[in-house]
Amino acid sequence: MQPVTEALLDVEDLKVTFTGRGRPVRAVDGVSYSVYPGQTLAIVGESGSGKTVSCRAVMGLLPQTAVMTGSAAFAGEQLIGLTDEQLRRHRGADIAMVFQDPTRSLNPTMRVGSQIAEAVRAHRPVSKPEAREQAVDLLRLVRIPVPERRFEEYPHQLSGGMRQRVMIAIALACRPRLLIADEATTALDVTTQAQIMELLLELQAELGMALMLISHDLALAASYADEVIVMYAGRIVEQAPASRLFSRVRMPYTQALLEAIPRLQHPAHALLPVIGGRPPDLSALPVGCSFAPRCRYAADDCRASEPPLAEHEPGHRWACWHPVGSPADVGRAS
Amino acid sequence: MTSAEPLLSVRDLVHQFHTNVGVVHAVSGVSFDVYPGETLGIVGETGSGKSTLARAVLQAPRPTSGSVTFRGTDLTTLHGTRLLQVRRHLQMVFQDPFGSLDPKWTVRQLVAEPLIAYRTGDRAARRERIDEVLELVGLDPAVHGRRRPRELSGGQAQRVAIARAVALSPALLICDEPVSSLDVLIQAQVLNLFERLRAELGLSYLFIAHDLALVKQVSDRVAVMYLGKLCEVGPGEAVYRQPLHPYTRALLDSVPDTVPGAGRAAAAGGAGRISRVISGEPPSPIHPPSGCRFRTRCPRAAERCAAEEPLLRELASGHAVACHFPLVEAAAEHEGVPAARSTVRSDEKI
Repeated sequence: MQPVTEALLDVEDLKVTFTGRGRPVRAVDGVSYSVYPGQTLAIVGESGSGKTVSCRAVMGLLPQTAVMTGSAAFAGEQLIGLTDEQLRRHRGADIAMVFQDPTRSLNPTMRVGSQIAEAVRAHRPVSKPEAREQAVDLLRLVRIPVPERRFEEYPHQLSGGMRQRVMIAIALACRPRLLIADEATTALDVTTQAQIMELLLELQAELGMALMLISHDLALAASYADEVIVMYAGRIVEQAPASRLFSRVRMPYTQALLEAIPRLQHPAHALLPVIGGRPPDLSALPVGCSFAPRCRYAADDCRASEPPLAEHEPGHRWACWHPVGSPADVGRAS
Repeated sequence: MTSAEPLLSVRDLVHQFHTNVGVVHAVSGVSFDVYPGETLGIVGETGSGKSTLARAVLQAPRPTSGSVTFRGTDLTTLHGTRLLQVRRHLQMVFQDPFGSLDPKWTVRQLVAEPLIAYRTGDRAARRERIDEVLELVGLDPAVHGRRRPRELSGGQAQRVAIARAVALSPALLICDEPVSSLDVLIQAQVLNLFERLRAELGLSYLFIAHDLALVKQVSDRVAVMYLGKLCEVGPGEAVYRQPLHPYTRALLDSVPDTVPGAGRAAAAGGAGRISRVISGEPPSPIHPPSGCRFRTRCPRAAERCAAEEPLLRELASGHAVACHFPLVEAAAEHEGVPAARSTVRSDEKI
């Protein structure tokens, strides 16, 4: 998955500020990343880290109060600054999104098949019978049993997992080249989550799509993504191939997230290493590293200046003055 | 488990709801014990009946049939003040802390409520107890005491809910998804708080959640629930290392590995692993399958599974399964080396 090919989506120094009542809130603060064809990229962070806003900004799905700067190029074409009309050409056709709550995205009064057919016709000039046929094919593609019968059903007749499959079918209606799954399995049970994740990866391989997983769940990201980006307070704080991130974690925040996950391997009643505090107020970020107030390794320089995100080792970026496991700090933490 | 008398003993608990589309068989004959100082974890997915089970134990609402014996007294036979007197020793913590806290009250008033309801001590003694439990759950009485729920974060609100639950020094805490609405770093803090309270107060827990890794970490023993019935009960370590029920195996295999690429490898059918995913979805609890309720999704199901309901039987010390074709048949194998496993399991989870 190394960038031999050209990036499908290239985001450069993206900033999103919400103006409105009170002080402006810098939700995304200079984020840069690339997604390559066939790649699975996960963006991980807690509530308010900016992971969702940074993706919606690319899709043009933010409210009027959001001010965006920077660049987001899809297959070479700049998306930031396009009108809604121009963006609509890309949404669905090039980039599609699946959200956490399928019940809110589906129309409760419309048969699910018709909703998929509508998505097909929104982007392609096909007749109604053709759209219907394609909708049934899409239901089959997302492994829904007896698709002809399911076509006629309403959202409330389907389980949560089935509804999410329908959402994926709608997202795939125009064969997007990039699919963004925003907490798409968060509301589902573990066995259903595993089904949906397997489905997404199978479809990715079948259709050659790039896949972006937006999630709060680092374990999920580790398990399914090629590349993982960790965000904190609107910034990328670490990025590495999944295998590398979990064997050689550098950013203390990523380490704290990893250590806080309950594991099957832990003995009963094991205590989890915890950090105190809460993510900072995005309208009043501290000087220096945003994570410093909660960081067990923070020193004076962390509170004085912000560490830049840089590629310190091949393919591994982090933003920290005192990374975990650096030679000067041997024995500090394992 | 131990030779001690169980603190809580649940037998053949049944809870049915009558709805206009039929009878919902939410809990269908569940039996288990919780011993003093022990944490029994119950893991189950949406619709497994685990939350109904928690409420039925507390008699809120009362179960359809079965017995719930706490320190030798069957709660299902008690009414009015006698039930209330026993219930003060069993407290509950819910998933949504804000839902269980009256938004108009201050933190001090919220923690005082159970103390007043049970007429414990005088005003000064209550004030002292409130300070004590707030500090116990990691809140500063001077800072947080005057706040109202909307001024609290999710983690702080859950601490207040826990403070209310432990104010009366209960013997058993029933927790229903107590951390699933919290971010992972806050979740870890609250889980550690439960562990500290266990050690400091000698609390027993009935800990209910959908996350098997989480349940295993806090529990001495783990019970797996599917569609209203327990399909496996055993020491947490044994359930994890040697699952006996095919559904337990499916749950274990659905937990995202923090081993990079594990999910990808499984999805691609690689690395010699069986697909980790069971197919299909849980059937409706209005029309549960005959025989074994898991059989419609089970890779090992045979005719017998439809005809005859498998009962919980002990295959190894303290490790019981309700399955005609458990993953390990002979009890002897269970005590032996894990090499005796009947299904492929990669080493990375061990």
